[in-house]
This record gives sequence, structure tokens and C-alpha cells, in this order.
Amino acid sequence: MNHLYRELAPISDAAWQEIEKEAQRTLKTTLAARRLVDFVGPEGWKASAVGTGRIRDVDPPTTGRVEARLRQVLPLVELRVPFELRRSELDAIDRGAEDPDTDPVIQAARSIAIAEDRAIFHGYPAAGIRGICEGRADAAVLLSDDYASYPVLVATALNRLRDAGVDGPFAVALSERCYTSLTESTQAGYPVLEHVQRLIDGPLVWAPGLDGAVVLSMRGDDFQLTVGQDFSIGYLDHDAERVRLYIEESFTFWLESPQAAVPLVFPEAKAAP
Amino acid sequence: MAGEALHEDREKLGPEILDRHRAISTIMEELEAIDWYDQRIKASSNRELQSVLLHNRNEEKEHASMLLEWLRRHDSEFEGHLRTYLFSQGPIREVAAPAEGSGGDYKGGDGSLGIGSLRALKV
Repeated sequence: MNHLYRELAPISDAAWQEIEKEAQRTLKTTLAARRLVDFVGPEGWKASAVGTGRIRDVDPPTTGRVEARLRQVLPLVELRVPFELRRSELDAIDRGAEDPDTDPVIQAARSIAIAEDRAIFHGYPAAGIRGICEGRADAAVLLSDDYASYPVLVATALNRLRDAGVDGPFAVALSERCYTSLTESTQAGYPVLEHVQRLIDGPLVWAPGLDGAVVLSMRGDDFQLTVGQDFSIGYLDHDAERVRLYIEESFTFWLESPQAAVPLVFPEAKAAP
Repeated sequence: MAGEALHEDREKLGPEILDRHRAISTIMEELEAIDWYDQRIKASSNRELQSVLLHNRNEEKEHASMLLEWLRRHDSEFEGHLRTYLFSQGPIREVAAPAEGSGGDYKGGDGSLGIGSLRALKV
């Protein structure tokens, strides 16, 4: 038994597989940054930090000629989302139910996926994470609700990347608001989304954890996601009616090349402190 | 040349598929070289030549291993299977049986959902 204590849960093999299937489907649908950034790991639950190669001068433990430097690291942050399942629904799976209520699993998986993306795209100061959209906030392209203008705005962001010496392949991540609007807007008879797709040679990604949009390079070595324990489901406790579980991961994100992404932001986000 | 073996129009494939094609083609070439070296080492009667070929063959194994790791990091489905089978013990056919629901004490292995990198997924 490991730290997830799964063996203590009153859950049958078939029910575990149903729970995991739903979680996997939701995670793979919702996660956006993992489609775009370099991935290192999983390094395991024991992994605690990523070395940055940097040091910081600190006071030495003794006076005299002793010098002291502290290694700088990116600590892995643990994200966890608890959820509850009704035991009657889990029992129904063993009887062959094809429609068990696994909504709590789906909601938990969506929450943790959006949390990971939020940290990667917009930063997470409490965990020492600088986000992709924070690196070149000064070069951000302003978005509007005129969705027909998006191809021009994406082209502007691509030019800013090239001006900074960044080459492709290039990808675009779009928030729910942008993605939905671009699929519903047309230009010359085609969805604007298709016009945007033609501008890039990488993927166009739906990113519900993102505000606005971001154009970024996928040449590699610019954005590094390090995962300790990849998404896993563990056991908390249970009673006669319910089982309490959680979904958890540990990770950190290293913005190695801030210049390799240009965010596209709505005016209200730009004005926010 | 990796591009010569493409079975679809290059324009339709995109950078992810092309990079995986390059990696897979190179792994195939490395493994083929290992096979050739194995045979030549065995067939040669010159001890010094055998030693050089042996050294070369072992370097090809390192190259193939590095490429396999690259492929693992860029193909989540591959990663899941490698995690199941590599460095396992006992009959290989039985390694995956619990996870495939063929009975036994399924607890999902180490509990990981095996998401990994999604860069290889079509969007």
C-alpha cells in the first residue's frame, strides 16, 4: 500500500476502473498546457524540487573568510481536490449499470486540470511559479469582441515573437470565451477559428484554464512542466452511504524563455492591477 | 532519410507527427544497426575488429534508449504501456492482466492515471 491508501477503500475493481476512466477522459479533454509545453517526469511522490542552477548569497554560519550560497530551486506544489461518491452508485456498477453517477469525479478532475493550467499560464506566486502569460505581459496584444479581427491579432503576436528571434512551430491556446466565439463567428464563409489555424504550424488548443489567449513557440526548451506524482486518485474515508476520495498531483513549472510567448488579453484584464 | 517513408502528405501531418516519425524512423535504424553488428561480431574472426564492432554496437543501444525515452515523453499512450511492461518481473503476458480487468486484485497499480504529456494528442 502506498500513500494513496486505495486498498482501504470499499470499492470494487470494476468501480475503480469506472472512476479512473472518467477521470482520465476529463483530464485529457480539459488539460491544455500539457499539449504545449515540455514535460519532465513523472518523478514520483518523493520528488520535492527542481534545481534552477541559481544561487543566492546568504550569511555564513561563522564569521571570517567563509562564504555561503544557497541553491535556488522550484519546489513542487501538491494540488488536491477531494470528492465524494455514493456507495449505492458504485455498487450499481458491479450490477452492470452503464450510467453510474460519476459527476463528482468529473468535476474534481476538471477542477484540478484547470488549476494546473491556471498556474502554468498565469502563474502561481505562492508556489514560486511564473506563468507563460506573465513573461511578456508588456508585449501583450489587446483583444476585443470583434472576433473577425482575431487572425490579424494572432499575426501581430507571431510577428512580435519573430522580432524577438523566436522561431516555430507556433501554437495558439484560446480561453473558452475566445474559442467558443471564434467557432461561432465566420469570415468569408468559414469559421474565424479556421483562419487562425491557417496562421500557425502547431496546434490550436482549447484552454478553459486560460484568460484571453496566448501565442507561443513549441520549438522546445522554453517551457518546462515537471511532474512529481502525476494525477492519481487516493482514499480519505467512508461511511455506510459515501466514500470520500481525492485526486492529487505534484508539479512545478519553469518559465525558461519568457520571450517565447505573447499573450493576447482583454482590456479589462490589462487594466486589472 | 526519414521523410522518404511518409505515407501521407507532409502538409497534412503537422510538426508533432513529423517529429514522432523522425524519432521512430531513427529508432528503427538504430535497432537494425544493432542487429547487423551482432551478426558481424559473431562472424568475424579478427579479435580487434570484433572489439571495435562491439563498441559501436553498444553505442547504438545507447542511442536507441535515448530515442525511446524521447518517444515516451511525447506519446502518452506509449508511456502508459512502457510503465506497465518495462522493468517488470514474471511472465510478460501476465504483467498487464490486473489493469486490463481480467480478475485479480485490481487497485490501479501505483494509483497514477497515467496522463503524462499530451503533446502527441491530436487537437
